[in-house]
Amino acid sequence: MYTDVHAGDRRPAGWGDKIWSLGLLIFSLFIALWLVSLIGPVHDQAPLVFSLSWVPSLGVDLAFLIDGLSLLFALLVSGVGFFVSLYAAFYLRGHPLLKRFFLYLLLFMLGMLGLVLAGNLITLFVFWEVTTVASYLLIGFNHESASARRSALQALLITALGGLALLAGLILLGSVAGTYDLVQVLSSRGQVQGHALYTPILILVLIGAFTKSAQLPLHFWLPNAMAAPTPVSAYLHSATMVKAGIYLLARLHPVLGGSGLWLWILTLVGAATAVVAAILALRQTDLKLSLAYTTVVALGTLTMFLGSDASVAIAAAITFVLVHSLYKAALFMVVGIIDHQTGTRDLHALGGLIRRLPITFGIALAAGLSMAGFPPFLGFIGKELKYEGALAIAEEPLLVAIAAVFANALMVAVSATVALRPFLGKLPPTLASSREASAGLWLSPLVLALLGFTFGVAPGLVADTLVQPAVTAILGRPEVVKLKLWHGVNVPLMMSIATLLLGVLTFLMQRRIRDGLNRAARWLPSRMDRQWDRGLALFKRAAALHTRYLQHGLLQGYMAVVFIAVVATLFWAVFWGESRAGGFEMQFNWARLTLKEWAAMALVLSGSLVAIGCRAPLTAICSLGGMGVGVALIYLFFGAPDVAITQLLVETLFLVLVAMTLNRLPHSMAVRGTRPRYLHALIAVLVGAAVSLVLLAVIQQPLVSPTREYYELASVPEAFGRNIVNVILVDFRALDTFGEVVVVLVAALGAAALLRRHPGNGIPGYRDQGGPEE
Amino acid sequence: MESALVIVIGVMTATGVYLMLASNLLCYLFGLILLSNAANLVIFVSGRLTRVVPPLIPKGLEAPPEPVANALPQAMILTAIVIGFGLLAFTLALVVGCYRELGTIDADHMRLAEPIDPDGEH
Repeated sequence: MYTDVHAGDRRPAGWGDKIWSLGLLIFSLFIALWLVSLIGPVHDQAPLVFSLSWVPSLGVDLAFLIDGLSLLFALLVSGVGFFVSLYAAFYLRGHPLLKRFFLYLLLFMLGMLGLVLAGNLITLFVFWEVTTVASYLLIGFNHESASARRSALQALLITALGGLALLAGLILLGSVAGTYDLVQVLSSRGQVQGHALYTPILILVLIGAFTKSAQLPLHFWLPNAMAAPTPVSAYLHSATMVKAGIYLLARLHPVLGGSGLWLWILTLVGAATAVVAAILALRQTDLKLSLAYTTVVALGTLTMFLGSDASVAIAAAITFVLVHSLYKAALFMVVGIIDHQTGTRDLHALGGLIRRLPITFGIALAAGLSMAGFPPFLGFIGKELKYEGALAIAEEPLLVAIAAVFANALMVAVSATVALRPFLGKLPPTLASSREASAGLWLSPLVLALLGFTFGVAPGLVADTLVQPAVTAILGRPEVVKLKLWHGVNVPLMMSIATLLLGVLTFLMQRRIRDGLNRAARWLPSRMDRQWDRGLALFKRAAALHTRYLQHGLLQGYMAVVFIAVVATLFWAVFWGESRAGGFEMQFNWARLTLKEWAAMALVLSGSLVAIGCRAPLTAICSLGGMGVGVALIYLFFGAPDVAITQLLVETLFLVLVAMTLNRLPHSMAVRGTRPRYLHALIAVLVGAAVSLVLLAVIQQPLVSPTREYYELASVPEAFGRNIVNVILVDFRALDTFGEVVVVLVAALGAAALLRRHPGNGIPGYRDQGGPEE
Repeated sequence: MESALVIVIGVMTATGVYLMLASNLLCYLFGLILLSNAANLVIFVSGRLTRVVPPLIPKGLEAPPEPVANALPQAMILTAIVIGFGLLAFTLALVVGCYRELGTIDADHMRLAEPIDPDGEH
């Protein structure tokens, strides 16, 4: 289905590539070792906190918190990151964009480390988004492939949408808890859960976690993300990206968990995801895709267990995080090796590779056994714990137990498929020339698989150091976790045996089951993936419609919308305000107006009305000039001689300007456009009426203006001026006046630039291309 | 006396808006003149009207002896008139420039940046 770019564009590894890969290896190793050195202090003492003030006014700190939980995840991120970098250096050797690949990988690793170590809600979110962007770049690394680009965009959109919800949730959480500091937030459980906003917070945070961790119904981006080069899949889909959502759930468990809502949502969504993804995994014939679906199964299982408050369930989840990271990374790398050496990942084309790739087969077997939960691998301990945890869940033990057994049985089948099918049976002639991979390729999965074995034989290595502190951090109470291979004959062991039988049965009947599923799938509604495409297309159509009807580029339309909005706002203000003030009435005291005032107003009115009717610009200018003079007279009659003078001056100046340019303009302005005049008239009348009404409402109120009194009293003693208007302009508000001068200057400069004739600087050929002729 | 002026302002606003809704840029410009004058008058009337007495302080006094016209709106209008002039002059230059470069002052026909779709969406 997807294959990585191998052949063709190879070139010898340059120095740049080597430096980059070495740098990344040293960096991740250093971080991992540093974290290992912290195991002791974290186990014995309180969590370590490092904090730098970032945006103190918002309570946002660049804070880091290292407790048992973040230590475990950070170790996985850096440890698996180290092995993935090693693997990638050989897997993609000679790839022309190797340096870019390592840059993205480094960015992603930093984002992930920051996310799991963040000690502040906002810091956590920022790193969350860093991983989203970096995963987009990594998934779309083969950017020449259209399907890779689509998958990358899909992953980005889904996880970024979830990220938005998460941001809202975290801000709400921070405001309810009164702080963004993670340690304080975690201890404010009662305050948050008693708050009315608890449900919205929970839903928003869960949307973020579920999108990132590919829970139903948004699981489909994860299998699509297999378009990435295999090292990316091995990293993103084992220990990091998809675990980010799980980490978030575990992180916020102390403050958000424990309620009925939390329990039911997590249990049901997790169980549904695990079961559905397990069925979907069986249908796949591409090795990498079936692994991808089992990742979804694992995430569903983890979510399901995190819903509980029982310490065994939490311990099961944490152990499983560790188990899953180890075997899943190893298996992805194994599939990568098969792909690398044979050129295919299709089950039907593979077989009999046991003699050709013996080391790879050994690794596949070890990782597969851990995945299937055979003793003495760590996977067995994880599975036993899961069953124990399922039975310990007080609310719905049966549902959880059945889902767990079902999911695990299908995991057995898938692990057998991945670990056995390519290696056993007859070797197809096409694969006769395939050879074992170089040590650089198999070293990383070998170490990871061996770790799964070692931890299984000696579970004490991780029980005290990693699992127990993490469980303690999640539950907020000291827990003692004992990991043992042999628990005695008990119910979990019985369930294990049932799981194995069911899994082997499924494996043997896989072809028939797959055919049956494919037949059944035809009757199901189309897949979510396709629905997503449909939704995206719908969104684009809506955007196009929006553009067509709102961003049409027609001046008249924009003006109409603006004016209608003005009318609505003004009328709303008048009627809402007046209904509270108790109504108002218009008072006309016509008799108090003198004749000259009547005359000025008549001049203004006639000027305005003539202007809208005339067709020649010259007439319009004359009538507007009359209007301007009328306005100046009004200023004069009502005690504003300064304003009147300026008005007259500016009016004259502007008329001169227009007159000067008249011969550069068309001599008729008859065109009004195609839209109906009466509609414009209606809008115009409404705006006029609204302005009048607002003004009437305003002048009904008594004018209380301390500013006015201040200026009148302070004008002489403080500014030594007797013309108050002048004093305000050049003294009290001198800076405003200066700004005004600047505005006029800039306008003049702009106008001068517009009016200067540039020969040949016109827009060439516009008229020839169907531009209008006047 | 304010009420009469309020009606005049309403008419000025209405005519200004009507002109600004035209696709002809010259009409638009004239509408802008009317609207800015109306806006100045709105400020003037909101500061209440006082006949004849300008806001001046006679020699020898520290404060105006009798109620004078409100100086604050006058100062604002002075600023507004000047800035309005800058705006109008710039708009005029823009209209003239448009006509020179595009050969039309009808805004509906200026589709250089966003040509009309061949599908006839507009």
